[in-house]
Amino acid sequence: MNQQYDMAQEHEITLVEAVNLALHRAMLADESVVMLGEDIGKNGGVFRATDGLQQEFGFARVMDTPLAETTIAGAAVGMSVAGLKPVAEIQFMGFIFATLEHLVCHAARMRNRTRGRLTCPMVLRAPFGGGIHAPEHHSESTEALFAHIPGLRVVIPSSPARAYGLLLAAINNPDPVIFLEPKRLYRAEKHDVIDNGEALPLDTCFTLREGQDVTLISWGACIKECLAVCDALADEVSIELIDLATIKPIDFVTLENSIKKTGRCVIVHEAAKTCGVGAEIAAYVAEHLMPYCKSPVKRLTGFDTVMPYFRNEQHYMISEVDIADAIRTTMAASF
Amino acid sequence: MTLHNLLMPLQYLTADGEVLSEGKLAKELPECAKDESLLIQAYRWMSLTRAFDQKAVALQRTGIIGTYPSSLGQEAISVACGMALEAEDSFVPYYRDHGSFLVRGQLIEHLLLYWGGDERGSAFSPEKMAELDMPICVPIATQASHAVGIASAFKIQQKKQVVLCTLGDGASSKGDFLEALNLAGSWHLPVIFVINNNQWAISVPRHIQSGAPSLAQKANGAGIANIQVDGNDFIAMYEALSEALQRARKGKGPMVIEAISYRLSDHTTADDASRYRDQEEVDNAWKKEPIKRLQSYIHNQGYWDKKAEACMQDDLHTLLEKSVAKYQGIAAEQPEAMFDHLYEQWPSNMDDQVDACSEKFARNRDGGSL
Repeated sequence: MNQQYDMAQEHEITLVEAVNLALHRAMLADESVVMLGEDIGKNGGVFRATDGLQQEFGFARVMDTPLAETTIAGAAVGMSVAGLKPVAEIQFMGFIFATLEHLVCHAARMRNRTRGRLTCPMVLRAPFGGGIHAPEHHSESTEALFAHIPGLRVVIPSSPARAYGLLLAAINNPDPVIFLEPKRLYRAEKHDVIDNGEALPLDTCFTLREGQDVTLISWGACIKECLAVCDALADEVSIELIDLATIKPIDFVTLENSIKKTGRCVIVHEAAKTCGVGAEIAAYVAEHLMPYCKSPVKRLTGFDTVMPYFRNEQHYMISEVDIADAIRTTMAASF
Repeated sequence: MTLHNLLMPLQYLTADGEVLSEGKLAKELPECAKDESLLIQAYRWMSLTRAFDQKAVALQRTGIIGTYPSSLGQEAISVACGMALEAEDSFVPYYRDHGSFLVRGQLIEHLLLYWGGDERGSAFSPEKMAELDMPICVPIATQASHAVGIASAFKIQQKKQVVLCTLGDGASSKGDFLEALNLAGSWHLPVIFVINNNQWAISVPRHIQSGAPSLAQKANGAGIANIQVDGNDFIAMYEALSEALQRARKGKGPMVIEAISYRLSDHTTADDASRYRDQEEVDNAWKKEPIKRLQSYIHNQGYWDKKAEACMQDDLHTLLEKSVAKYQGIAAEQPEAMFDHLYEQWPSNMDDQVDACSEKFARNRDGGSL
């Protein structure tokens, strides 16, 4: 192992740098970890998430693929069956749909359909979400598509430290993990990340702010605005902010304990409303927590529209003002 | 038999099992054509494959297994694939490869378990079969992507194993196959693709499937060596496969073999091919079927006689009856088994669904009561 990684080091880095750090750490720790994707080699990925990795580990472990998303996912299935731990990159979530057949029909069910004889320990990474004035097809949030598939795990980090720890966990996991990176946060802030190789749990959400009055649940880039609203409304309302982080499986234990305490729940996600992950959480509250609720569950989500091209993108994106309004509405509501 | 733009497929035996000795197709017989033991084995496997097919169709008709795709008429391709591979290689099949599975060591009762709707049919990895043989692949051509993944793993792991992937003529139209070819050529992978061109993709004939004069030549666009072979000539199939596998093992890259054959059966037991193709075409295709051809050849060589044939048919009958009895003796899994292999690390938020499954089972047992 490289000398400089023998000891835990603290780095002040961005989320995308944390992704790179975790990938680097995973490749040092386990030579079965390999990467494949478009432009991930010399170019280091279009967001630089794989910067320097091919130079250090060679083409055999950091493979530039032809421009073929179906093959990236399908080859990752084959590699993982054959004993490698592929970490495949899809350049943008807007191009992930060509991988669906391999994820749904093979990666997600290989363990089940061979009764454990063959497995697919693979990670499919993709940047997702809007708000960066990107070209068409570069701003989607379709995490619910994957969360609906039995056999997959879906993970979304929202800070550099969680990106580092959750990505290591995803790579260590013996089953396929869809790892969606909120690209609006890629370079939004620098935080301290300890490069100690420690993975975070893949079935636990993170309580970012403790509070008494209302449970605010979100994930991905919206966490940034949620945190700002917690601070801005601190004198007015005591908000418990939970970063869902593992979209599948959802840690309902933490959500339940919080909602039992606060009696109120606001869910914020950038993805479209209908059949979004927020609907799953709202359904859980309806099924299990109605006696504890002081007001109806509030969903603040993207519209059921095509993601607007960037001139009007801001009218779709969820602002701090929107979140503050949802919190106040929920605080004022009752049954 | 109408063959679309037939070029010059590799062929050693005529449809009657005579050595092709005249004309532009004639070639010197390869070593395997003189290998009595190998040819008798091949003939036995092909005969078992056909007998298994007949039995499986009968079992479907009586409701003992589900929809089943016969490999009638394509036994030489399937058996040659199984026999040309080494045990440690990876076989990445589609869904009409019963012969390959049998040669690779898969038990008949396990094949029936698969077609009988039980996941455990894909669970078994017999001693003889490589651990990395993939299960039957129903989504068309997706296995081609997995094959290049396994082949690149072998290359990265510096292993000598190779991958053999089968697909149908219909699958050669799909993006997965073309993308996989492109990657195999680009990364110079140890993988062989065998296109079982049986002329029909359910009801779509070869000439509607593609305007390419041969399906093998689709490999040209990926810089991959390719060959057309008479898929009903076991000797030609075995020779082509052996050479392709040897090349791949030596690091000389991938190859595509288009094995030209004919689907003598319906697509599956759920299909009725008389709706879309003429009986005359099928009758003509029967004249070129592979088992009779190999039988004539080994008979002419003095490797086989009527007594051996009768003895083998008895053995096959006994084996099939025993295997069917074993299959029918395997009880279905408990309903909760559907949760057993979803994830290695169980998501505890699904506990209530397992309980609900048990309760549902109890509630509906013996039809339940309203």
